[in-house]
Amino acid sequence: MGTPRIYKTEAIVLRQRKMGEADRVLTLHTLTHGKLDAKAKGVRKTTSRMSGHLQPLNRCMVQLVQGRTMEIIAGCETLESFQPLREDLDRLSRALYAAELADRFLAERVEAVATYRLLQETLRHLQGDADVDLVLRRYEMKLLEHAGFRPELDRCLGCEVPMGPQRNFFSPMAGGTLCPSCGAGTAGSRMLSADGLKVLRLLQRASYKEIERLNIPPALAQEVERHQRSYIACVLERDVNAAAFVERLRREQQRLEI
Amino acid sequence: MNEHPTTAAAAPVARLIEEFHKLPGVGPKSAQRLTYYLLRMPAAEARALAEAILEVKERITFCSACQNVTDVNPCRICASDRRDRTMICVVEEPLDILALERSGSYQGLYHVLHGVISPMDGIGPEELKIEELLSRLRSEEVQEVILATNPNLEGEATAMYLTRLLRPLGPKVTRLASGLPVGGDLEYADDVTLSRALEGRQEAQG
Repeated sequence: MGTPRIYKTEAIVLRQRKMGEADRVLTLHTLTHGKLDAKAKGVRKTTSRMSGHLQPLNRCMVQLVQGRTMEIIAGCETLESFQPLREDLDRLSRALYAAELADRFLAERVEAVATYRLLQETLRHLQGDADVDLVLRRYEMKLLEHAGFRPELDRCLGCEVPMGPQRNFFSPMAGGTLCPSCGAGTAGSRMLSADGLKVLRLLQRASYKEIERLNIPPALAQEVERHQRSYIACVLERDVNAAAFVERLRREQQRLEI
Repeated sequence: MNEHPTTAAAAPVARLIEEFHKLPGVGPKSAQRLTYYLLRMPAAEARALAEAILEVKERITFCSACQNVTDVNPCRICASDRRDRTMICVVEEPLDILALERSGSYQGLYHVLHGVISPMDGIGPEELKIEELLSRLRSEEVQEVILATNPNLEGEATAMYLTRLLRPLGPKVTRLASGLPVGGDLEYADDVTLSRALEGRQEAQG
């Protein structure tokens, strides 16, 4: 049986773009119907009853009507507005990165409940005390796994020997780790420190609770981020836009500290 | 194969349809309708429209101070001696100035950013007129900067980013209040708007 003409579902607003005089097209990650575009009519007017409920990153209950080209939002109510994210630019930039990444990885109208719950959980943890960048790294790992791109971190993708606690290599093109002898000659592979490998493995299996207790030195955090970012860019075949803004905020923060 | 709708028309007509189609909010049907409307229009009126378009492109520039669109530089607001020069109101687009001026309640100067930070679309601070704002703050005697970007996600992100940059420079940095719209219904308000309306409540007049 197909989707009824009018249906109700829970959704997280991933992004929005303006359309026409006062409308917006929202990209929603719905719980029951996966990612889809929906038109929100008149939400750019100050008198709109829906605009406050449909801000990006909001989790809300929406009533959707199937239209000719896309769903139309008939009603909505906020379930969770993640207000602390909106009041802190560092948190907000990371949350936008998380939303953009979900948007890029999700196929349209393919149910993705696990990804939905992951994003919801991630947005909650970005509000808390955990290191926001580590939260993102764990999110990236889980998202890759849900999308079917879980990187191999236990064996060498060249000769299949188990990875030892030494300097190894990480190859985005191969999709994971390479031992020193296989990695040295592979184009695009980068050195991966023993500690770097440990952190990557931990991110793959740890829960957010465990991540919260984690405290790793900046150089190691950078290494891990570099590997994950290059792997994601390789899978998506493009850069993630919001990453540039996160990077900029970090640079400006460092300049202020000096 | 489907014939392209404009190929059946004469070449100049097809060209005009194509040009209209480039405008925001104008689909293929509207472009055709506008074109055929123009065909029936008296020649003088059509010429006036064409000249108006050319004049806008030739004479309108950005004000060197506030970055608003203007035909004289500095613009009339920046040049006026009746405006309060200690206040700058920062807006996203030139149209926002028209809205604020219509309210008649603001007498200070403006600054147009020409956009808003939108990380997911790859629009960063470097694409806005932020450097120009900073240099105004360094040279002019500004005591207050009012951030009047839209109260949506991108507008708030831009306001927060600007606050970080502007605070160390000295002026008081304020944000437009947000709350319930005039003519709105309390029961339909979202939590964020309601809590802001409560936070910003004022002593009742009467």
